[in-house]
Amino acid sequence: MSFLLLFVIVPLLTVIAILFSKDIKQTRWIAAIGMSVQLLLSAALILMYLKIRAAGITDDFVMVKNLVWFPSLNFNLTLGVDGISVSLIALTSIVIFAGVFASWQMENLHREFFISLIVLATGVFGFFITIDLFAMFVFYELAVIPMYLLIGIWGTGPKEYSAMKLTLMLMAGSALIIVGLLGIYFHSAPDGGLLTMNLLEISRHKIPENVQNFLFPFLFVGFGILGALFPLHTWSPDGHASAPTAVSMLHAGVLMKLGSYGVFRIALFLLPEAAHNQGSLFLILATIGIVYGALGAIMQKDLKYINAYSSVSHCALILFGLLMFNRSAMDGAILQMISHGIMTALFFALIGMIYGRTHTRMINEMGGLLKVMPLLGAAYIIGGLASLGLPGFSGFVAEMMVFFGAFTHADTFHRVVTVLAASSIVITAVYILRVVGVFLMGPIKDEHHLHLTDASWWEKLSVGTLLLFITLIGVFPHFVTETLIGNSLAPALERLMSNF
Amino acid sequence: MNAFEYTFLIPFVPLLGFLIIIFNFNRFPKKLTAVLATGFIGFTFVVSIYTAWQYFFQMGPVNGVYPKFIGFDFEWLKLGDHLSVHMGTLIDQASVMMLIVVTTVSLMVHIYSIGYMHDDRGFNRFFAFLQLFSFSMLSLVMATNVFQIYIFWELVGVSSFLLIGFYYEKPSAVAASKKAFIVTRFADLFFLLGILLLSFHVGTFDFISLTNPENFESFNLSGYALFGLSIPALALILIFIGGAGKSAMFPLHIWLPDAMEGPSPVSALIHAATMVVAGVYLVARLFANYALMAPEALALVGYVGAFTSLFAAVIAVTQIDFKRVLAFSTISQIGYMMAGLGVSHYGGEEGLGYMASMFHLFTHAMFKALLFLGAGAVIHAVHTNSIREMGGLRKYMKTTHITFLIATLAIAGFPGLSGFFSKDEIITAAYQSNPLVYYALLVVAGLTAFYMFRLYFLVFWNTEPHYHLKPHDPGKAMLIPLIILALLSILTGYIPFGQFISSDGQPLHTHLHLDMAVISTLVSFTGIALAWMLYKKPSDMPQRLIASASTLYRWAYNKFYIDEVYLFVTRNIIFAYISRPIAWFDRHIVDGTMNAIGWVTVTTSHKIKGLQSGQLQKYAFAFVSAVLVISALLVYYLLNN
Repeated sequence: MSFLLLFVIVPLLTVIAILFSKDIKQTRWIAAIGMSVQLLLSAALILMYLKIRAAGITDDFVMVKNLVWFPSLNFNLTLGVDGISVSLIALTSIVIFAGVFASWQMENLHREFFISLIVLATGVFGFFITIDLFAMFVFYELAVIPMYLLIGIWGTGPKEYSAMKLTLMLMAGSALIIVGLLGIYFHSAPDGGLLTMNLLEISRHKIPENVQNFLFPFLFVGFGILGALFPLHTWSPDGHASAPTAVSMLHAGVLMKLGSYGVFRIALFLLPEAAHNQGSLFLILATIGIVYGALGAIMQKDLKYINAYSSVSHCALILFGLLMFNRSAMDGAILQMISHGIMTALFFALIGMIYGRTHTRMINEMGGLLKVMPLLGAAYIIGGLASLGLPGFSGFVAEMMVFFGAFTHADTFHRVVTVLAASSIVITAVYILRVVGVFLMGPIKDEHHLHLTDASWWEKLSVGTLLLFITLIGVFPHFVTETLIGNSLAPALERLMSNF
Repeated sequence: MNAFEYTFLIPFVPLLGFLIIIFNFNRFPKKLTAVLATGFIGFTFVVSIYTAWQYFFQMGPVNGVYPKFIGFDFEWLKLGDHLSVHMGTLIDQASVMMLIVVTTVSLMVHIYSIGYMHDDRGFNRFFAFLQLFSFSMLSLVMATNVFQIYIFWELVGVSSFLLIGFYYEKPSAVAASKKAFIVTRFADLFFLLGILLLSFHVGTFDFISLTNPENFESFNLSGYALFGLSIPALALILIFIGGAGKSAMFPLHIWLPDAMEGPSPVSALIHAATMVVAGVYLVARLFANYALMAPEALALVGYVGAFTSLFAAVIAVTQIDFKRVLAFSTISQIGYMMAGLGVSHYGGEEGLGYMASMFHLFTHAMFKALLFLGAGAVIHAVHTNSIREMGGLRKYMKTTHITFLIATLAIAGFPGLSGFFSKDEIITAAYQSNPLVYYALLVVAGLTAFYMFRLYFLVFWNTEPHYHLKPHDPGKAMLIPLIILALLSILTGYIPFGQFISSDGQPLHTHLHLDMAVISTLVSFTGIALAWMLYKKPSDMPQRLIASASTLYRWAYNKFYIDEVYLFVTRNIIFAYISRPIAWFDRHIVDGTMNAIGWVTVTTSHKIKGLQSGQLQKYAFAFVSAVLVISALLVYYLLNN
């Protein structure tokens, strides 16, 4: 048995255990224990991974294990990780851990809620541990389906509409992805061998350039929808606004990263020539996304919408970095995945906690909340500062690496998009400080808010965990960018750079 | 190993202080916090003094040049394959001087705040933020590379934000903190682009190799740049914009007057003595590059500095808020320093402006901090910021009065006090190289003397309003820093500054330029005399003067409406015509399209639904028609081949 398989087995066991729980207390403790184990497993995985690398093994993927699935089609469940997937697995376990504690008081249909939530996480974990395209796709679908239920049943506002919209748009993305994947599958053995979905085996052959050009948009747009690529991001504000707290956390924190991870791992890695041919077009979309998302956030009044637009901007920066095809920017893009994942989970957690007290998310209906809930308020301010790229937090390093990498392209086109993208650091400051100034600072607007309580222990744990990691990565970025990711970018870079 | 390894303690100790206090901010009693914070900063002060002694006296110049040391260094982050960002401490003339400035003022402000913030609920939070600021500022000062400066540049910015908005329940404080952060962030964007451009062409962030003129030839500076500027000129101008934001140069000065919403000790520390001179320090750090690689950029620094200096001095004459007068005075004096750098050349006697600028930075830090702390004492006593509601305070607050008078004399350039010496050097340097800047600075010297004494007379002389409570001198904790700073405001002028600080590391022998001294003294006396006549005793002269120049007065009083321009641009243009339309566009057009696609799908499916009616005849009909059509196509196809 492979160690990696534990990442889907533990959540499944947790789900089974929850089936037998009697009340919410048992349910949440089972979930908490299961996800704590998951967190420990990630820590163990990081240690094991570092040990393997320290032993001098330089394979692209390590802990590779092939489990036969559909022999007739040669679809296998091939497990394997590199530094990038290890860091994303760690991200997932951090977010789901915090998410369980953020849903501590989910009384309504608690069993079903936690089961759906953990199944969602299982899909994400599965996606990151495999290197077989078909298996990745299956796990991805596994993550999307509980999302529909979670928003449709436990959501707020126009939840059926949002759930439907989100699911349909993501399904449209899936349709594009499967076309792309099948296209790759049928060109995976140009010399007449067995067709394969195995990432490593496909990468040994070159897919003809015209085929690449045809498939690239399918994969980039398909994964791009999930990664909030402009103009296909509109599921995100409605979806997040309606979703319950933990779902927003997991969704913005991790699921959106599946999109950018797919872009990196499949579209860019397997179709490098097409990436070069069409990169500029998508770079323009990413740049628009960065600026547009940030500008859109300025005028929003609902906390969740603000964060959703902010996510559009931050996630576009990931794609922007990836499309720079150099080490610094791509390293930064992957760090941005992790950084934004934790940061946005923090925001959604805090918004959920504040909403649970004030019963409104409209910033103009609140004011001076920092005085009544200093801990939650301070956490929101710290999160805001991290989000606007303050040094000492993870976002700053990611942004700097992306901008720095982008600036190594000396042509006018790249300079212009880089300057535009960099201008987002000012716009972000505007909307973050506006929000903080309106609803946390100033005099208290609503007298009912005077009697609100500050964070409870589970909320402190949830928020504290996320804050801890934002700061740790921000202060010691080297650990992620060098020790963990390190040379894992090399295969992709090599392919992207080889002909140019 | 080297002799300065211990310097990592200088920023590290306040950082520790910040962490200890912030994690216990609702547990620690005020006394403990006060002792811890002051103890930590006191320790840092002692270490800094030791560093200065070791650097300037024990080691001294080697072969006539002050060497540069990297005290402590580690690689923080790799950027790509060639460059990496280091964190460390750089020990050279400028950084050691700044250490003294920052730790001295910070220590004074810590002691003062024990008294000033005594009854404040946020006592612990306040001291935690002061420690955070000290940590960031000290790391900025000792940065070994441009990127490190940028990192701590942002962190001093956020400390400033937190301290301006310290009274976060007050809407004006919130607005001011927001404004300060966003305006400086806007400038930082250019700073960042400048760093990116410079490092891309030069291949290093490191100050020692970046500023060594011997390396300049090896830099690859070819390539296109905008507006006909060379690459280094463009990069250095971009970096200067960053500096101009922090140092409140026109037109990015608008945040500083509002920043006075913060508690007075904060204004003294951050918005008078240390953070706001970071821009000057930045230009000084890269002075070799400005002077030798891009003289046009340096000239720009000089003109912006001189113009800002004049502009702010004019506004300062009309203001009636105690702290805002001082704020505009700060802007004006920083402009002086920038102008000093701008008229300087690199090396030797020609480098007088550089030395003078650093000298003025040093002396200004002492007397301006003193002025702000004095203002804090006065405001504490009379509970108002408006100088119209003050007067005659010399009788009630004797020590405050004397120390404030010393600081006022120092800033006005009264012979024998520190400001006189440093200002004289700047004016001399300007006289030698740029007549336009020279005359501007001379006028500013007169205006400075005038508005400072206007302030002084209106507060401590003139008519006495009816005070509800008799004002009195503050307690010891607040008085001691005032007295120490007053002594420093007198004595620092006698430091042979050129011996220690110079543009190229070689000690510079300076002497008093008697002709210049006479002229500037005359100018400053004129200013003082005018203020004496107008404001010492109540008279209607000021009102009549205002009436005779009402338009100019109104414009100056309203700060030439620069704030309104910014407000108009952000509210009425960016928010109303860019941001709001985007929000609307996104909801209605982009999302509308998505919804429309959904609607089309649903509607189509409703229509198609009719096809599966379950009626056999219809199916049969459809089947037969389809067969016919396909057969026809097939026949057509066969016939054509």
